[in-house]
Amino acid sequence: MTDRPAVRDKTMTPDEVAARLESGMTVGIGGWGSRRKPMALVRALLRSPVTDLTVISYGGPDVGLLAAEGRIARLVTAFVTLDSIPLEPHYRAARQRGAFALTEIDEAMFMWGLHAAANRLPFLPVRAGLGSDVMRVNPTLRTVTSPYEDGEEFVAMPALRMDAALVHLDRADRRGNGQYLGPDPYFDDLFCEAADTAYLSCERLVEPAELTKGGAAPQTLLVQRHSVTGVVEAPGGAHFTSAVPDRPRDEAFQRMYAAAAADPVAWAGFRARFLPPDGDESSYRRAVDAWHEEQK
Amino acid sequence: MNAAEGPAEGITTEGSTAADATRAEYCVIACAEAWRGNGEVLASPMGAVPSVGARLARLTFAPELLLTDGEALLVGPDGEVEGWLPYRRHLALVTGGRRHVMMGASQLDRFGNQNISCIGGWEQPARQLLGVRGAPVNTLNNPVSYWVPRHSPRVFVERVDMVCGVGHDNARAAGPSATRFHRIPQVVSDLGVFDFGTPDRSMRLVSVHPGVTVDRVREATGFALTVPADVPYTRTPTPAELRLIREVIDPSGTRDREVRV
Repeated sequence: MTDRPAVRDKTMTPDEVAARLESGMTVGIGGWGSRRKPMALVRALLRSPVTDLTVISYGGPDVGLLAAEGRIARLVTAFVTLDSIPLEPHYRAARQRGAFALTEIDEAMFMWGLHAAANRLPFLPVRAGLGSDVMRVNPTLRTVTSPYEDGEEFVAMPALRMDAALVHLDRADRRGNGQYLGPDPYFDDLFCEAADTAYLSCERLVEPAELTKGGAAPQTLLVQRHSVTGVVEAPGGAHFTSAVPDRPRDEAFQRMYAAAAADPVAWAGFRARFLPPDGDESSYRRAVDAWHEEQK
Repeated sequence: MNAAEGPAEGITTEGSTAADATRAEYCVIACAEAWRGNGEVLASPMGAVPSVGARLARLTFAPELLLTDGEALLVGPDGEVEGWLPYRRHLALVTGGRRHVMMGASQLDRFGNQNISCIGGWEQPARQLLGVRGAPVNTLNNPVSYWVPRHSPRVFVERVDMVCGVGHDNARAAGPSATRFHRIPQVVSDLGVFDFGTPDRSMRLVSVHPGVTVDRVREATGFALTVPADVPYTRTPTPAELRLIREVIDPSGTRDREVRV
């Protein structure tokens, strides 16, 4: 048997991830709306002193929580929603008090910005934005003219390059290979490739061989280890957003969150119970379980 | 009511008659009609009534339509999976043009500009809504119709606060790349059906739903609407369509929670 060099073990805790983030960074957050958001990593970020962030997200409660805590200097997004509850109360309140700068772009512009960043291009042309107020509210956006016979004019969507990306997948190994088992990859691989560092939390950490055991299709192996800096095992790490097939969205908890978020007194209670400064991810899980017990 | 489809023809053994069609069911028919003749494109309905309408069209006069499960799958009207459509492929399908979406609108103006982002000044809005979402890419790439469940001057405004979906005036001003695939076939509200078949591509009344007067539409619209001399009623659902709506597609009555008359 030959001596093989040990494969680097990239596992870390949510708080170790947060410790690697710095104020002023540009941080991308994977998932979509209230679906497969890396909430354990977001909660760790909330426990850290990191602030003044530029956040890039197809927004859900990740944006709501960071906005409520005043951690966002600029948000880059096409929407913020809780899906089954259309409007995110914290986000609404933050926007209505002018709490941070906004780069509001279309969903497709956002996707092409990720592609440009992942491909080390300064921009990609898109037929979106022209004629809309996306151009008015983003005065630095430029257009580009096709060099071919058609001569068409497009928006030159700038690359959405980030210092760090946070994503949550269903399975991962210690080296940083990540697998999604739900129906939609969202854009999590692109987030990782568009970032200088990327942190991947997962429902379950498994041995590499286990990722394809039982016939799992190789195309479920969404994120490759060369684009991942750290791996966090966080069962329920997307809570209360969905992480299907392992966990559906916790609709009851989300309703309670949204109601609390719309009322300052209720929010103080929510925060003290579920997100105390001296808490961690396991105390959050215990608090959630206790809350569900009370609802029975 | 259309004489050719009067109530006498509508009596069926199931007890559904055209005469007792509700306003919500006329809205369903009007939405379904938006996809007539579209061919093999994705029908993307946003809202309960357009969703029932899209499935009705798929089950009757537009069997080629593609439907989604609201997540990442293409499905038949009874849920049978026939394809995969995660967000990134959905966006590619939008830009490829093989889709006709019926979006909602918090505000809609006479040239078809639509707003779902915010009310008031954008820098610090009075009311933050969803955000522009995919409206800019939708309107420049695939046909976009609109559904408004509560027609009022607060929705049908002279000028939208934030142009998300691009209307005819703004598309024209933005040039050929914006107008090349720009198409707004139809607007459906709880009062009637509208299009942009006027010389300056501003909104025109096409039909009113039975029980609605032209004056009521005018009063509920915050801009000058083109109204032809003769305004017909929206097509009456056939007994077979009513049965599909009530018994197959929407037995729990989601349409009635969106349109209450």
